[in-house]
Amino acid sequence: MMAKQEQTRSPLLEEALAFGGPIVVFDQVDLAFDEKVILRGVSFTLQTGHTKIFLGASGAGKSTILRLALGLLRPDSGRIFVNGEQIDGMSEDALMQVRADLGMVFQEGALFDSLTVGENVGYKLYEELKWPMAQAEARVREVLGFIGLGEFIDRMPSELSGGQRRRVAIARAMAAKPRILLYDEPTTGLDPITSLTVDEEIIKLRDLEGVSSVLVTHQLRDAFFVAEHAAARDGDKIEFERAAGGKADQAEFIMLKDGGILFEGNASDLRTAAKGDAYIRSFLS
Amino acid sequence: MRAKLETWAKDAVLEVQEYVRLIAKVARAVVTPPIYYRDIIEQFDSIGIGSLTVVLLAGLFTGMVLALNSGITLDQFGARSMVGRLISASMVKELGPVLTGLMVSGRVGSGIAAEIGSMLVTDQIAALRALGTDPIRKLVVPRVLAGLIMMPMLSVLATGIGMVGGWIVTVLQFHVASTVYWSSVVQGLYMQDVWMGLIKPLFLGFTIVTIGCHVGLRTTGGTQGVGNSTKLAVVASSVAVIAVDFMVTKVLIVLMY
Repeated sequence: MMAKQEQTRSPLLEEALAFGGPIVVFDQVDLAFDEKVILRGVSFTLQTGHTKIFLGASGAGKSTILRLALGLLRPDSGRIFVNGEQIDGMSEDALMQVRADLGMVFQEGALFDSLTVGENVGYKLYEELKWPMAQAEARVREVLGFIGLGEFIDRMPSELSGGQRRRVAIARAMAAKPRILLYDEPTTGLDPITSLTVDEEIIKLRDLEGVSSVLVTHQLRDAFFVAEHAAARDGDKIEFERAAGGKADQAEFIMLKDGGILFEGNASDLRTAAKGDAYIRSFLS
Repeated sequence: MRAKLETWAKDAVLEVQEYVRLIAKVARAVVTPPIYYRDIIEQFDSIGIGSLTVVLLAGLFTGMVLALNSGITLDQFGARSMVGRLISASMVKELGPVLTGLMVSGRVGSGIAAEIGSMLVTDQIAALRALGTDPIRKLVVPRVLAGLIMMPMLSVLATGIGMVGGWIVTVLQFHVASTVYWSSVVQGLYMQDVWMGLIKPLFLGFTIVTIGCHVGLRTTGGTQGVGNSTKLAVVASSVAVIAVDFMVTKVLIVLMY
């Protein structure tokens, strides 16, 4: 059985499962809801420390990819690997172990209404990982400080603005120090200035904490900002500068159309592709 | 028409299948870790203490009206001293558990469906799963345990306060001595009746809470969907209370009488 499975591995999968290989792998993933095809033969790899940015029209299947990576949905066919483990056929109990290394920022935040900001951020630490109270509280204060909302620890989610809720959602996702963060339209509905602060959090986590990330958005300005900027520590300050050389290649765009991948490449490749493809051009314009 | 019937039948079978699957998951989650003790305590408070006022008021007025009606009828036969007997038999076996069930389904069943439904449509359930928490263990199990344990307690209290209501009316309206009323209450009670009054609420509590959770977890369609789920939970659990009451009564009569 194992030998047969080895033989059916595609070259992409061989590379993906090699030592030090990618952290998330989609291999020929198909998904349909009743008659509606959502994803058709989607394959990609997310390397450690890199960012994948999914673009596409509403209903193109962008958010579905995040839910598949998290095991919240199962594909009809194809294989999904997270940290080298095949998750597409895993039981819910086994998926809980895989999710320990994943964090997700949902659209609108999905904060728990009945818990304070601090309890939301520390939820996984208190409830699932059973950290000692003092250690968990220290970590909650640390991550809230990281996103600049330290003084909001005792507020309820209903007392926060939209941007603050997204940032708390990022803090909640990163509290348990996952190596992979999934962002589902984290800046949709936010004003440009607030969006920029959220973008900077994503860059900080990637460049300063070494978190691999998958970003789903249709906010082009935010997508290009995350792809083309890098964060660096300068003493106590954090500076954001234009990414250059290999750093710029660590963020890749994937454009979805009709359930399949229309384009995959870095920011400059995307701009070049727009000249020759009417759909990409219209999307970018 | 036939196609509509087929669709309806398929949907009905699917609902039953999902309900049974939920119960199976709950049964497994109750006996395997992790168990969220804090949530269980919170639900004991929410379902038990939170329902106390409405259940006590319903029990009190039911006992009073029962005494009023039966007292007038029994008086025609010169048997007003038997009112206590009638009240204790009716309240303990039937009215206490069923009225408590109906009150709890209105208050708790709808609340559970609305709360879980809202969490579902705002992605909070998905967020729970993403954070490594099984929503069945975190949300459903505490509510089911609270329903199972608090319903018999509420039912006993409703029955007790119903007898007190009957006593007030019997003494004030029909001028029957307190000692006569309470000895009549005791005479009307048999051990089988007491067991029936304790066993029935277990089934009713389980039914109300599991229907509320099932409907909440099957919510679709945003805030309108939450409203529909709330309505469905109340209707389904109220009808189920009456139906389950009949079935459990039938079985207990065969087993105990």
